[in-house]
Amino acid sequence: MSYDVERVRKDFPILERRVAGKPLVYLDSAASSQKPRAVLDAMQSYYTTSHANVHRGVHTLSVEATEAYEGARAKLARFIGAASAREIVFVRGTTEAINLVAQAHVRPRVGPGDEILISHLEHHSNIVPWQMVCEQTGAKLAVAAIDERGDISLEDYAAKLGPRTRFVALSHVSNALGTINPVEEMIRLARERGVSVLLDGAQAVPHLSVDVQALGCDFYAFSGHKMYGPTGIGVLWGRLDRLEETGPWQGGGEMILSVSFDGTRYNKVPAKFEAGTPDIAGAVGLGAAVDYLRQLDLAQVAAYENELLAFATERVREVPGVRLIGTARHKAGVLSFVMEGIHPHDVGTILDQEGIAVRAGHHCAQPVMQRYGIAATTRASFAIYNTRDEVERLVEGLRRVREIFEG
Amino acid sequence: MDVRELYQEVILDHSRRPRNFGTLGSGARQAEGANPLCGDQLTVYLQVEGDVIRDVRFEGSGCAISTASASLMTEAVKGKKVADTLELFEQFHDVVTSAPADDITTAGIGKLAALAGVREFPMRVKCASLAWHTLRAALDDRSDRVSTE
Repeated sequence: MSYDVERVRKDFPILERRVAGKPLVYLDSAASSQKPRAVLDAMQSYYTTSHANVHRGVHTLSVEATEAYEGARAKLARFIGAASAREIVFVRGTTEAINLVAQAHVRPRVGPGDEILISHLEHHSNIVPWQMVCEQTGAKLAVAAIDERGDISLEDYAAKLGPRTRFVALSHVSNALGTINPVEEMIRLARERGVSVLLDGAQAVPHLSVDVQALGCDFYAFSGHKMYGPTGIGVLWGRLDRLEETGPWQGGGEMILSVSFDGTRYNKVPAKFEAGTPDIAGAVGLGAAVDYLRQLDLAQVAAYENELLAFATERVREVPGVRLIGTARHKAGVLSFVMEGIHPHDVGTILDQEGIAVRAGHHCAQPVMQRYGIAATTRASFAIYNTRDEVERLVEGLRRVREIFEG
Repeated sequence: MDVRELYQEVILDHSRRPRNFGTLGSGARQAEGANPLCGDQLTVYLQVEGDVIRDVRFEGSGCAISTASASLMTEAVKGKKVADTLELFEQFHDVVTSAPADDITTAGIGKLAALAGVREFPMRVKCASLAWHTLRAALDDRSDRVSTE
């Protein structure tokens, strides 16, 4: 059976709304995706019937809440091919996951002269945490270059993977350009030298089937809200041995086995990293998002999204004055572009008046913008609920932008 | 509202051909302004004699709204007293930050009234006011120097 986008759209209540008097065209899912009713219902139902604190009470609600929370962990583990649910650490999102690894795993393992290798494509959240570690330890940040199309130069990456490289952190899919990086090869190169790798999967999990064991990385970070789940919840996956050798993150309840003023014994993985009452409803919602995606057949979703992105690329490229930024061979979800003589913010405002939501700005990836000598782009990003008709609305909107600016 | 009310001809004209675009020679006061959210940045240069702004220029890059606002601002304040300039900024600021339903008068702000449509677009108010905040920083810089000299 082929992919039925109209049926999928009916699962997302927000798509019924109008903006500026016109049906909403939501092309900003790379910033945050919309939520299917199944996710909203799961969270509502959890709060309505089963809420209590987890891992604490002997009473019925606490048992149900714990089962819901740990059940979500098991779903996430299956979703990314983790060896066990213990390898899933719930965090606030990709940003917290990367900071956790930077501070609790990498910081104690690097010193002056050591290097942490990233790429030029990274989101600020996969740059700044490493800059902070470098400031704290005297380590240096090395950056693998990208070419004009927005592909990482494997040559430069291999050259910068040197004898002092202690850790590699890479985006799986670029948020600003949509490039799917050749992470299998990059991980292989790092592991040959005994260097651990973290992948920022925030833009990958909504579009690709991810199998962390097949990838061979050490850590994988992603956010719930970009994969149709709620905000405020995300996942750090780590290979069990990596998580076990990682120190604690925040201190508090839940992450301890016993506390006395003589000393505290930390809890086992993953509780060691989950101090305080977690976002239980968020985890439940994210578990529901996983269920929702799995019943859709991810291979069909990926095929549909690829075709839609190719179609949008062709149609937008035809608009006079448009220049695409990021034309890598393998891309997912993102179409970034500039319009000659028109600032992306003006494009964004005019499109909004046509009911079309796009992102205009530097996409928290200023080094990528600097690489192309621009301050900002307009970014249309696509998800499972977008259609060819919406692409046509975008193209009409861009023609309207030109009309207004050309008077 | 129609988006054309925001992108009026006078705004498009000033964004395409900004007036007083460039720098002033040595001795000019200057300040830099940036909107970190969108990467817009500009520098305002001032030549102040006594309490009068004799000359003003700006350079930088930004959207149509911020560029046009900077351009219109330079025209509005050249030759004005500093106190009148700050008064004008206050009136302009009141207009662009007012609620769309509010009754406003743009009588006192002359050509700057072309930017009144910004108040319908809360996300763009910063674009319209960036040049003015930067101008005020440049003026503050002057008073700082005066006090230390």
